[in-house]
Amino acid sequence: MIAELKGLLGPDCVLTAQEDLIPYAFDGTAALRQLPRAVVFPRNPQDVSAVLKLAREHHAPVVTRGSGTGLSGGSVPVKGAIVLCLVKLDKILELDARNLTLLAEAGVITQKIFETADAAGLFYPPDPSSMKISTIGGNVAENSGGLRGLKYGVTRDYVMALEVVLADGSVCWLGNKCVKDVAGYNLRDLFIGSEGTLGVVTKVLLRLLPKPAARQTLLATYAQMDAAAETVSAIIAARIIPCTLEFLDRKTIRCVEDYTHVGLPTDAEALLLIETDGHPAAVADEAAQIEALARAHCATDVRRAATPAEATQLATARRSAFSALARLKPTTILEDATVPRSELANMIRFIEQTAARHQLEIATFGHFGDGNLHPTFLTNERDAGEMRRVETAMKEIFDHALSLGGTITGEHGVGLAKKAFLRQQLGDASYTLLHKIKRALDPDGLLNPGKIFD
Amino acid sequence: MAARKNLLQSLDYSVLQQCMHCGLCLPTCPTYEETKIERHSPRGRIALMRAIADGELESTRIFGEEMYYCLGCLACTTACPAGVNYAGLFEAARAQVEESEVLRSPKRDLVRWFTIRLLFMHPRLLRFAGRLLWLYQAGGLQSLVRHLGLTRLLPGRLRTLEPATPSICRHFSDALIAPVEKPRGAMRHRVAVLTGCVQDLVLSNINRATVDVLRENHCEVHTPRAQPCCGSLHAHNGDLAAARTLARRYLDLIDPFAFDAIITNAGGCGSHLRTYDHLLAEDPLYAPRAVEWSRKVRDIHEWLVETGFRRPAGAKADVASITVTYHESCHLCHGQKVSAQPREIIKSIPGLNLRECDEATWCCGSAGIYNITQPKTATWLQQRKIGHLRNTGASIIATANPGCHLQIENGLRMHGDASTKVEHPIVLLAAAYAIETNGSRERAGQ
Repeated sequence: MIAELKGLLGPDCVLTAQEDLIPYAFDGTAALRQLPRAVVFPRNPQDVSAVLKLAREHHAPVVTRGSGTGLSGGSVPVKGAIVLCLVKLDKILELDARNLTLLAEAGVITQKIFETADAAGLFYPPDPSSMKISTIGGNVAENSGGLRGLKYGVTRDYVMALEVVLADGSVCWLGNKCVKDVAGYNLRDLFIGSEGTLGVVTKVLLRLLPKPAARQTLLATYAQMDAAAETVSAIIAARIIPCTLEFLDRKTIRCVEDYTHVGLPTDAEALLLIETDGHPAAVADEAAQIEALARAHCATDVRRAATPAEATQLATARRSAFSALARLKPTTILEDATVPRSELANMIRFIEQTAARHQLEIATFGHFGDGNLHPTFLTNERDAGEMRRVETAMKEIFDHALSLGGTITGEHGVGLAKKAFLRQQLGDASYTLLHKIKRALDPDGLLNPGKIFD
Repeated sequence: MAARKNLLQSLDYSVLQQCMHCGLCLPTCPTYEETKIERHSPRGRIALMRAIADGELESTRIFGEEMYYCLGCLACTTACPAGVNYAGLFEAARAQVEESEVLRSPKRDLVRWFTIRLLFMHPRLLRFAGRLLWLYQAGGLQSLVRHLGLTRLLPGRLRTLEPATPSICRHFSDALIAPVEKPRGAMRHRVAVLTGCVQDLVLSNINRATVDVLRENHCEVHTPRAQPCCGSLHAHNGDLAAARTLARRYLDLIDPFAFDAIITNAGGCGSHLRTYDHLLAEDPLYAPRAVEWSRKVRDIHEWLVETGFRRPAGAKADVASITVTYHESCHLCHGQKVSAQPREIIKSIPGLNLRECDEATWCCGSAGIYNITQPKTATWLQQRKIGHLRNTGASIIATANPGCHLQIENGLRMHGDASTKVEHPIVLLAAAYAIETNGSRERAGQ
């Protein structure tokens, strides 16, 4: 099979040496590793189709990969797998300013899509933290979120059409440039967030927005977690949808302050970074209202940026949160349990109690506006005893999130990391439905097998 | 081979483990950008190092080649959210490659012996070699050889490198700088200036300018004679033993307890000079001095800004505005995190207008001796860099490392650009101070 792959793609596009495979044994997820059999680099959808046909003949599993930044093990190889790496499908094919769409190959870096749109006075809102290197194909496969989810939604909300190569090698095009289209089943949405288990996305047609004319950034500090949560409820109740509404807990605040020395109050229990964007007059009005609401809900301090430079400075605390946490311990496990907004304070308190109960270090930050939290475990994968406690704590956190009507994953995907919890969330009937769909589209079970469910 | 010492295994494992393979280093890594293959990225290389430390992989020839394909530019350390000490890993990995001898060949052994073990271990010999080269160049023999096309007789690699031979200075630092020079005004600091080895031969005017600028800013400047190489070349090329020897020699020559600061003006040297404390941590005799040394090493720009340097006088309107762009030496911005200070100095100079270039923090391809060992990637980076620099329309390119300086000069020459000048920011500052006194635009130094 390797010789056939080399004949198909050229020897330079097929890696099999051990030194070449070791760096593809993992993605961005902690503590998951598996060597693949080979890594291949297709240069067009026809190559992808040919590889899938060949893999089917040889009954070899195929794991699709972009830049390998996923946080649930979605692109970690399975034993004997061919890794289908799409980073060389990296062209932006069209920017259609009349229809506000952008057509890109799957391996284009998300940041490049943002910049291309921005240069044309347009806006591609989804901004996962890995966007400087994540690929748009990977974002579609994981249905990635980001900081702007509250107002602008997630990757799914910007996908108008997809080119997908199916398990049998056939290439299909799902969707088009029409805003309205009800012809047939909405199969496009089936592939968004399917984590490479149903087909291989090779092209993406994205919807763009006009670029907001103005933005305003505020930073509010709280001595009580509940006051921060109530501020958020009050902002929403006042019919304001900020584009960003981010949160840091006490532990994260302390770590950030130790690392950046930007002058955060280390006795604060919560910190909110709020950003509003749109028409300049609306932005000014909303920012004033937000400031008043924060003060009315016992914020100990509210700072409003006067200049873009000051806005950047205010955002430093949130931007450096992950860096500040990641350098404390050898292993950093970033989770994404998500609950309805109204349950946030409850969930955060539960995470704190769980950490104390199991003598673990868990810092929480995340997207307060959409209920998407990032409880971050600071641990060491070589400490078996502690890793067992991490697993127990994680299970308790997921159980609690589900009991509040939440989800085990807001934006990272199920992959390998969370498949043990999926049935509990979905219930038997929906879980079986997933299996039925998988069998219909991938009867041989060769596309990213063992991901999402067994 | 199994009996050999595995240097990666003896490393503190938590340094390797600190990499959480998030991938944020990938877009900043020139060799990943060139190939899009994970093995050629920082997290890929760390995965290979870890596999060797775990005993899952032997130190192979491919591993050796990979470690020497890395530029060691350290751009990944600026991007890394987890603060991985890649510089330390990189040095240990290259030392491992040398220890396991996977890359040995008679030619490579000879080149390594001649450069690392001979020339750059013996400062007087290096300067003697420099003097011979100067005679060859200044005496007209070089032009004659080039004119007659005799360079064709050189073997292939040397033939392509020959036009890039740097011009040796007529005077080295010791002839331009007195052992001790007093400040122009009141003395507030006593500092030692490091002259470097390559810089001393080909850009000694920068050392002179450094002393001039320090004298203008209340420093009594000590410049010990015949200084050795700092050892960065050795540490970056897997010869940590020689690097330690050279560090000890510097500590013998300059007592860090006697000075307020030890000033370096070359990005590549400074980055390594700061690590003497780690390098000699297990040497009971030198460790305390090395700690004091690392505490006091300052890049010249960093020192000037930290001590509140005097802005040169002169009204902006008096002088025609000259556009300058700034190329950041990797080991100054990524290795030492000195990035704002050189800009602050350039902006303080009347008549200069700083215009930023794209990818200012990207490697120019010089990377120590990388332009000699990996010409393809080095030339690709050089062309990319020259393109960005020329796009600014600047007539002066400021940079603070001799490797970058020569690489950019060569790149400009390849473009047939004879008008754009490459200067160290401190040379520009020294010239501005000189204008105050002389009222002319003459350059400082030679």
